[in-house]
Amino acid sequence: MLLLAFDTATPAVTAALHDGERVVAAATSVDARRHGELLAPAIATVLRDAGADRRDVTAIAVGVGPGPFTGLRVGLVTARTLAAALGVPVHGVCTLDAIAAAVSEPVELAVATDARRKEVYWARYRRHDASYHRVQGPAVSRPEDLARELTAALPVLGRGALLYADVLTHQPGPLDPDAAVLAEAVVRGEIELLAAEPLYLRRPDVSVPGPRKPAL
Amino acid sequence: MSRREVLAPGGFGNNGAVTDEPLVLGIETSCDETGVGIVRGKTLLADAIASSVDEHVRFGGVVPEVASRAHLEAMVPTVERACAEAGVRLADVDAIAVTSGPGLTGALLVGVAAAKALTLALDRPLYGVNHLAAHVAVDQLEHGPLPQPCVALLVSGGHSSLLLVEDVSAGVHALGSTIDDAAGEAFDKVARLLGFPFPGGPHIDDSARSGDRAYVDFPRGLTSGRDMQRHRFDFSFSGLKTAVARWVEARERDGEPVPVADVAASFQEAVCDILTRKAIDACRTRGVEHLLIGGGVAANSRLRALAEDRAATAGIAVRVPRPELCTDNGAMVAALGAELVARGRAPSELDLAVNSSMSVTTVVA
Repeated sequence: MLLLAFDTATPAVTAALHDGERVVAAATSVDARRHGELLAPAIATVLRDAGADRRDVTAIAVGVGPGPFTGLRVGLVTARTLAAALGVPVHGVCTLDAIAAAVSEPVELAVATDARRKEVYWARYRRHDASYHRVQGPAVSRPEDLARELTAALPVLGRGALLYADVLTHQPGPLDPDAAVLAEAVVRGEIELLAAEPLYLRRPDVSVPGPRKPAL
Repeated sequence: MSRREVLAPGGFGNNGAVTDEPLVLGIETSCDETGVGIVRGKTLLADAIASSVDEHVRFGGVVPEVASRAHLEAMVPTVERACAEAGVRLADVDAIAVTSGPGLTGALLVGVAAAKALTLALDRPLYGVNHLAAHVAVDQLEHGPLPQPCVALLVSGGHSSLLLVEDVSAGVHALGSTIDDAAGEAFDKVARLLGFPFPGGPHIDDSARSGDRAYVDFPRGLTSGRDMQRHRFDFSFSGLKTAVARWVEARERDGEPVPVADVAASFQEAVCDILTRKAIDACRTRGVEHLLIGGGVAANSRLRALAEDRAATAGIAVRVPRPELCTDNGAMVAALGAELVARGRAPSELDLAVNSSMSVTTVVA
């Protein structure tokens, strides 16, 4: 098998290939404004570094957010189109789950990423059977509301916690998802597989116009 | 932007063979239409469209985030529909072309990412192309090779441009463009004023058929005096839109009924008069004998009729693609891509960026 995994729901553009035994190639760069430019070259890079042909890929796993919409869609449309063109299955993974999968303690934690507009995307986890299980979320909240929601001093992993370390208890560790971790978790069956559908959590920011204003 | 090495003129076929009839898949997502077209050389094989226009109606205009979400959902089904319509497999495709600008950034990104995924999956070259140049190139699917040179009048909800086209695969020279609203935008705004739903163009066109074009003499922006020195080939429709609004409001204030058909006809006449007058002037000034009209507003019946009238008088030949090729579609992108492959132009790199305000002088990004 050869699993191609990537995630674009945070400032990180991360891609990895897993052959069923181990991660054979990975590439990550962090640039919140260039997902559309960086993802395809990152996929080409991991294929080349692994000495693999695109036709060797047997499945695709993609982070489905939540995350800023524009970058999130780059990953999703790439995954869906690649899967259709290569004739392989595509699986979605919650981006917050992928961040939690990078650590093994504490037993209870939350993950928060930057949702912009002074909000965070977050989910809460409990560890048992050697992996984290999402027990609340994903959701989008103001950091101070999240702090009230979480029991006192629950450690929070991720860039959202670092950004709002004044109100959240930032747990040192990975800030963004790593496709190598995501791929490993998928191969080990330690992460929930979802449809390759975006977790937007917010509606488009738009309102129906009111009656016509006079031009005079 | 750096390019891959320049290909030998004549391009390449599926097995590396040189061909001037490449099979090209084109993707268009610059606004609210998800378009996937497939052409072989200058022959149209498929033109699949999924439009999110119905989702924008209640907002009175295209909402970028709504359009972008719709592009993501429509992309793979539309690619599959185009392949089925053309009777080809993706593996048969020689090159991928995609609109990389100008347009809505978030919307463009969906199409460009999909095009890159196909490029990766099929190991074929990628051409990130200019939306406006694609509106010009599409006419080759209907009327054969473009006359060189020609003047192109491109009018839509997002653009109003006069272009001088020597060779659409090499570059396009901008003669002028709107300095405020696009022509189609003016149609939408006046339509709303007259109580028609979005998009307003077809409603104005229909209503105007029973109206008096000379009922109100609305202003023709940038057509006289000093404006003709500074903005000879530029357009301005914002003042016209406001003039219509003031006229309608004055009627309403006086408690008189608004003669909708007459206002629609008079407004439409002003827009079409300005567009055709400047387009013919551009042809004459540049000694060009062919005028091409494209973009969504080219579907307007009065624009077509007036352009043909005035061009005939001036000894200029007019080419207007059929309406479904004038509005945004994937076939136009594929048509330009096929021309680029046939002319041996260098493809784009995999790190191709979208450019919401791409200059019309850039044909391949």
